[in-house]
Amino acid sequence: MLKLEARPQPSRRWSYGSPLLALLCTVVIGVVLFAALGKDPVRGLQIFFWEPLRSGYALGELVVKATPLLLIALGLAVCYRSNVWNIGAEGQYLMGAIAASGIALMADKDSSGWIVVPLLMAGVLGGMFWAGLAAFLKDKFNTNEILVSLMLVYVAVQVLGYMVYGPWKDPNGYNFPQTKTFDLVTRIPRLFEGSRLSIGVLFALLGVAGLWVFLFRTRAGFAQQVGGLAPAAARYAGFSSRRALWTAFLISGGLAGLAGALEVAGPIGQLTPYVPAGYGFAAIIVAYVGRLHPVGMLFSALLMSMFYIGGELAQSRLGLPKSLTGVFQGLLLFSLLACDTLVNYRLQWKSVAPEIARGGQ
Amino acid sequence: MPNSNPQGTPTSQLQARLALTGITKAYPSVVANSDVSLTVLPGQTHAVLGENGAGKSTLMKIIYGSVKPDAGRVAFNGQPVHIRNPKEARALGISMVFQHFNLFDTITVAENVWLGLDKSMSLTQVTQSITAKAAEYGLDIDPARPVHTLSVGEMQRVEIIRALLTNPQLLILDEPTSVLTPQAVEKLFVVLKKLASEGCSILYISHKLHEIRELCNACTVLRGGKVTGVCNPKDESNASLSRLMIGAEPPQLEHRAQAAGKSVMTVSDLRLEREDQFGVDLEGIDLEVCAGEVVGIAGVSGNGQKELLYALSGEDCRAPKGSIRMEGVDVSAMHPGGRRKLGLHFVPEERLGRGAVPTLSLAHNMLLTRTGSISHPRFAGGWIRVRELEAHAARIIKTFNVKAGGPGSAARSLSGGNLQKFIVGREIDASPKLFIVSQPTWGVDVGASAQIRGAILALRDAGCAVLVVSEELDELFEVSDRLHVIARGKLSPSVPVAAASVEKIGAWMSGLWDTETKPLEAGHAQA
Repeated sequence: MLKLEARPQPSRRWSYGSPLLALLCTVVIGVVLFAALGKDPVRGLQIFFWEPLRSGYALGELVVKATPLLLIALGLAVCYRSNVWNIGAEGQYLMGAIAASGIALMADKDSSGWIVVPLLMAGVLGGMFWAGLAAFLKDKFNTNEILVSLMLVYVAVQVLGYMVYGPWKDPNGYNFPQTKTFDLVTRIPRLFEGSRLSIGVLFALLGVAGLWVFLFRTRAGFAQQVGGLAPAAARYAGFSSRRALWTAFLISGGLAGLAGALEVAGPIGQLTPYVPAGYGFAAIIVAYVGRLHPVGMLFSALLMSMFYIGGELAQSRLGLPKSLTGVFQGLLLFSLLACDTLVNYRLQWKSVAPEIARGGQ
Repeated sequence: MPNSNPQGTPTSQLQARLALTGITKAYPSVVANSDVSLTVLPGQTHAVLGENGAGKSTLMKIIYGSVKPDAGRVAFNGQPVHIRNPKEARALGISMVFQHFNLFDTITVAENVWLGLDKSMSLTQVTQSITAKAAEYGLDIDPARPVHTLSVGEMQRVEIIRALLTNPQLLILDEPTSVLTPQAVEKLFVVLKKLASEGCSILYISHKLHEIRELCNACTVLRGGKVTGVCNPKDESNASLSRLMIGAEPPQLEHRAQAAGKSVMTVSDLRLEREDQFGVDLEGIDLEVCAGEVVGIAGVSGNGQKELLYALSGEDCRAPKGSIRMEGVDVSAMHPGGRRKLGLHFVPEERLGRGAVPTLSLAHNMLLTRTGSISHPRFAGGWIRVRELEAHAARIIKTFNVKAGGPGSAARSLSGGNLQKFIVGREIDASPKLFIVSQPTWGVDVGASAQIRGAILALRDAGCAVLVVSEELDELFEVSDRLHVIARGKLSPSVPVAAASVEKIGAWMSGLWDTETKPLEAGHAQA
């Protein structure tokens, strides 16, 4: 009889091994899925796991998509480590994009390239403002931040709709609901000619290093996390739970807003109703698959980006629906949740004790 | 009659009510019971004595069917049985009163009892049988009262009545006196003796030697999961029982007389409304703790200790202005960090989750109250120097003889006693001016308890002001210079330990000091 037995201490090895096992499970289920859809599983896997890595250009695209995911996930990790359940990063991302677009639309022929600085600042502030609303309501009225932050996503989508259908609609855009294409001067500086990689990558890498220092080397970062691990201990130590709440929301809102600004002023280049691409939600998976650890999230962001690209390729080359991306993301998350059992439990073969068997009548 | 076996017949003399043979139960990290055998005769009050972690609870859970043994046999009234769950245990006639009560606060006594029974009886019938049982055993309880209005002693009565309603042949009591005043203990013993005289067998789990010697006529001693002795406690002395229990006699503490120094903390007329619905309002607390003395606060838990300690530590800083002062500084609205800077260090009752973060390493748990390994405090609250932090934790582990893998071990991997030694060590190492400790040895084995009490006395001799809040009167009498009693949110005047007696303090624990204050002051003047 196979039995789960509680471990005296959570296994360190399995806390790293579990995401890898989860990835393996995802691949295996993926093979079954491709076969069931009547597609060659080898070809399917190749598209998901090899094509996005095949060339320099493909790798560049992989990083372009991973950047917003990573930025948002870094902020969410601060929240989740401190028991603040911000699941509205998508809304904060959108508000960042909208605020940055406001600056971008002000640019004209005489603007200097430095306009990118206030543009990114606007993005950060936009995201912080939106996250701050949830923090304020929680702080003042003890509302549930899960509901509030999630609902604010839909409010943000409406704000975006109002802007692109209303005041910001491009007058020369044949009535399409979108702003004019931003002036070239507002475009986020690129790292190399010919690649779509922008300085956003640097922000993300800086974020990884900064978060690691904050979480593991500063007292403020320690205090932040104690509130999540043991609220009574935080109160005993005198760490303010209100400060932890605001810090978590403002950091994650700011980073999500920055991601939004980098996206609209970078690869997209204008504000359209198609800005919300689900990065804010996918980043939740990135955060958890990466163990809420800055370096872990670096890898999981690349993996999730691979699924995005794989889904698009599967659509164009295999004729499968694009929603396959979501299926793979979900598979990974659920496999991870299942595999995480092994962190706290171990599997054991157990035979029924013979004496007990005799003890029964 | 609670049992079906008529008392005094030859069969009941010969046939054991309960017989355990070779019970073994191993958990991944520890063998809880190893080849344990135990025989309880009808009408016998049988003590199971052992330190925390000796395997008493596991053994009781096996008898009650909530844990399956790896090996061994259980026989009840001579029949081999295989008890798979508590329901089967109750059907056989085994009842258990747990140390922690399973009662819902918001509903009445009768409804609580009714919930635990099978659904054959109506609520009115249950109410009637509660009243009948209560009258039969002198357990005074009103079935219509909501549970949250009951004192802890009354809640225990509800649990006992609930157990008695099933007419048990074997009643298991797990540390029943840990929540009772000495007077309530007397009453409980009367009930238990009556039950035993009617032929009900009682398994009485405890580590309090004098209780066992008074109540029980058989005793099985466990140490490290093994039986180390079977005896009649009435023939034994405390010393011989504790030798069986811990393998040695507990070290004696030396309590030197010493004049108290200047006042360190003054609490005057502290009034505080409860924070949560089931809390206690503090009403006009007056308290002074001076350098070089240990002040003890006795009382049954749930009488305002928690609320008072929250206000003193700063975890609750709603206290009225000027009500709490440290060396003249008004700290009533100061948060815990500020008070710590003034030299107040506090060891809370809950070790895991409040005194320490369970999943973090001992080294990181240092950061909750200590800032010695932190530099550049202006930069994000300070830079953690990890190596220094680990070295500091290692020093405390060594000084206070904490059994742990090292500074990197998670707090939750330590036993209760060792974690308490670490937390006490962490706070004492800060050389506090005022040291407050709640239930210092609750759930801690005898050796570690002696060490912790010794550390408290050493701190006092070094000139620190110490406040000890405890439910264990023995402990308070051992370490304190002066005693207060807290009851229903009010604090009694203090009495020097030399002038206090267990009876007096026990009476005060029911809140009856106003009537007695005068004669007592007189007595203390004579003493």
